[in-house]
Amino acid sequence: MPRPADRLIQVAILVVLLGAWETATRTGLLDVFFFPAPSAIGLKIAEWVSDAGFLRHVSITLTETVLGYLIGTGLGIGLGIALGLSPRLATILDPFIKVLNSVPRVVLAPLFVLWFGLGLWSKVALAVTLVFFITFFNAYQGVREVNRAVLNNARILGAGRGQLLRHVYLPTAASWILSSLRTSVGFAVVGAIIGEYLGSSAGLGHLIAQAEGVFDATGVFAGIVVLSVFVLLLDRILDWTEKRLITWRPNQEAEATA
Amino acid sequence: MSVQTLARIGPTPQADPQVPAVRIDRLTMAFGRFTAVKDLSLQVADGEFLAIVGPTGCGKSTVLNAVAGLLTPAAGAVAIQGRPVRGIDRRIGYLFQQDALMPWKTALENVELGPVLRGDDRAGARARAQEWLAKVGLAGFEQRYPHQLSGGQKKRVQLAQALIYEPEVILMDEPFSALDIHTRHLMQTELLRLWQERRRAVVLITHDLEEAIALGDRVAVLSAGPSSRLVGTFDIPLQRPRNVAEIKLEPRFLDLYRQIWTCLKGEVEKSYAQTR
Repeated sequence: MPRPADRLIQVAILVVLLGAWETATRTGLLDVFFFPAPSAIGLKIAEWVSDAGFLRHVSITLTETVLGYLIGTGLGIGLGIALGLSPRLATILDPFIKVLNSVPRVVLAPLFVLWFGLGLWSKVALAVTLVFFITFFNAYQGVREVNRAVLNNARILGAGRGQLLRHVYLPTAASWILSSLRTSVGFAVVGAIIGEYLGSSAGLGHLIAQAEGVFDATGVFAGIVVLSVFVLLLDRILDWTEKRLITWRPNQEAEATA
Repeated sequence: MSVQTLARIGPTPQADPQVPAVRIDRLTMAFGRFTAVKDLSLQVADGEFLAIVGPTGCGKSTVLNAVAGLLTPAAGAVAIQGRPVRGIDRRIGYLFQQDALMPWKTALENVELGPVLRGDDRAGARARAQEWLAKVGLAGFEQRYPHQLSGGQKKRVQLAQALIYEPEVILMDEPFSALDIHTRHLMQTELLRLWQERRRAVVLITHDLEEAIALGDRVAVLSAGPSSRLVGTFDIPLQRPRNVAEIKLEPRFLDLYRQIWTCLKGEVEKSYAQTR
C-alpha cells in the first residue's frame, strides 16, 4: 500500500495532467475536435450515466464479457489440465493448437457475425477465442510444473488418480490458473468491445462506434474512460477472490505481518 | 481355550520370521541402454535397519524406488513380506530427500493426508495427526504451512507423515542430507527413538558412511555405477539405543568405519575417476 504522502503525490500528478490538458484546450493550444476538454468528457459521462439507456449498454457488455470469460476460461482450464495430464494427447494436438493460436482473433469477428448473427453470441464467441488460449496455456503449464517428489509422495501416501488431481495437480496449477484468470478479464472485455464495435445495436463498444461515426471525439474518450473503470472494477473483484482462494503463498504471509 | 480363539491369536504373516520383510532378488534397474544396477540381491529382516551406501550415481535410489513400486525393474523381483511388489506398494512409508510436503497444506493437513487418502475417517485421522505432530516435537505447529517451518521442522513433519499409517517397511532416500550437521544429528536420534518404539524394517539410502553405521543394524556397500552391484554387507553390532552424536567417538565405531571404508573407498575413487 502506498503511504499517504505518496497518495497525495499521485493525486497531484493527476490534477496537474488534467489541469494542463484543460488549459491547453481552453487557450486553443489543443484542438477540441481531436482532444476534447476533460470537463467536456466528464459532462458527457454524466449525461450517459443519467440516461436510463446507459445501464442497458453496460449490462449488455457485461453479459457478453462474463459469458465469454466463463466459457473461455472453463474450456481453457479443462483442456489445459487434460493435456497437462496426458503428454501423448498434448503431443498429438500440439500442431493444431499452435495453428489455431496463431490466427489473429480479430479477423474471426466477421465469421462469428455470419455464424451467430449481430446479437450477443457473436461477441461472446470472440471473447471466448481470446480468453481460451491464455487460460489453456497457463493451466497446461501449471499442471506440468508439478513437483515430482510431491507427486510421488502423494502416490505413496495412497492417492489415486482423482485424489492426485485434487490434492496435487490442481493446487500446483492454481497460482498459474489464477494469474491467467486476471489477465483474461481484460481480454474478455476486448473481445466483447471489438465484437460490438464491428457490428451491434447495443453495448459500450456500440456507443464508441456511434460517437466515432459522427466524429464525436468527446464520446469516444468518454467511452474509453467508462471502459477503463469497467475493467478496473472487474479486476478488483478477481483480486478479492484470489486473496481468499490462495492462502498458503509465502508473499501472502509477508503482507499479513507487515 | 477354543479352536477359534487359538486361530485368532495365531501368528500373522508379518510375524513369520522365515519371510524377510524385504526381499530383493537379482534386481536389475535400467533406463534404455543404461544399466544402473545389475543383479542385486539383498534381504531385510523384519525389524532390521539396513543402510545402503555407495558412491554418487551408483543407482542406490533406483533400488529404493523399485522397492517402493515407483519404478519397474528391468529384471529380477522385489517382494515385501513374501508378496511381490507390483505398482506402488501400500505397505511402505517413504521419506524423501527433497521437501515433499504439499506446500498448500498445513502441517496438520500434511500429516493426516495418508490416513485420509487410505480411507480413514477424518476425525480419527485428525486426532492421530495431532498426536504424531506432538510425537515429533511439533505440538503447536499444526496450522503452519511448510514455508513457515525450518528445514528440520519440515523433516519432522515428513517423518510424521510417513509413519502415521504404520507402514510395514520404511524407505528413506538420503532423508537428512540437506540439513545442517547439528539438525541432522537431532533428526537421526529422533528417527531412532521413533523406530525403537515400534521396530519395523528400514531401508536407508545414504552416501554418508557415518550415518549408515550410526543408524544401521547392517550396512550394504554398492559398487560404482553403471551396472552397480553389491560389494559386501557388514553387521553393525553396536548397542542400542544409540546416541548418534556420541557414538561416533567410540573405538568400535571407528573400527567399523575403517573396515567398511576400505571397501567403499575403491568404489568412490572409481566413481570420481568416471565423472572427472
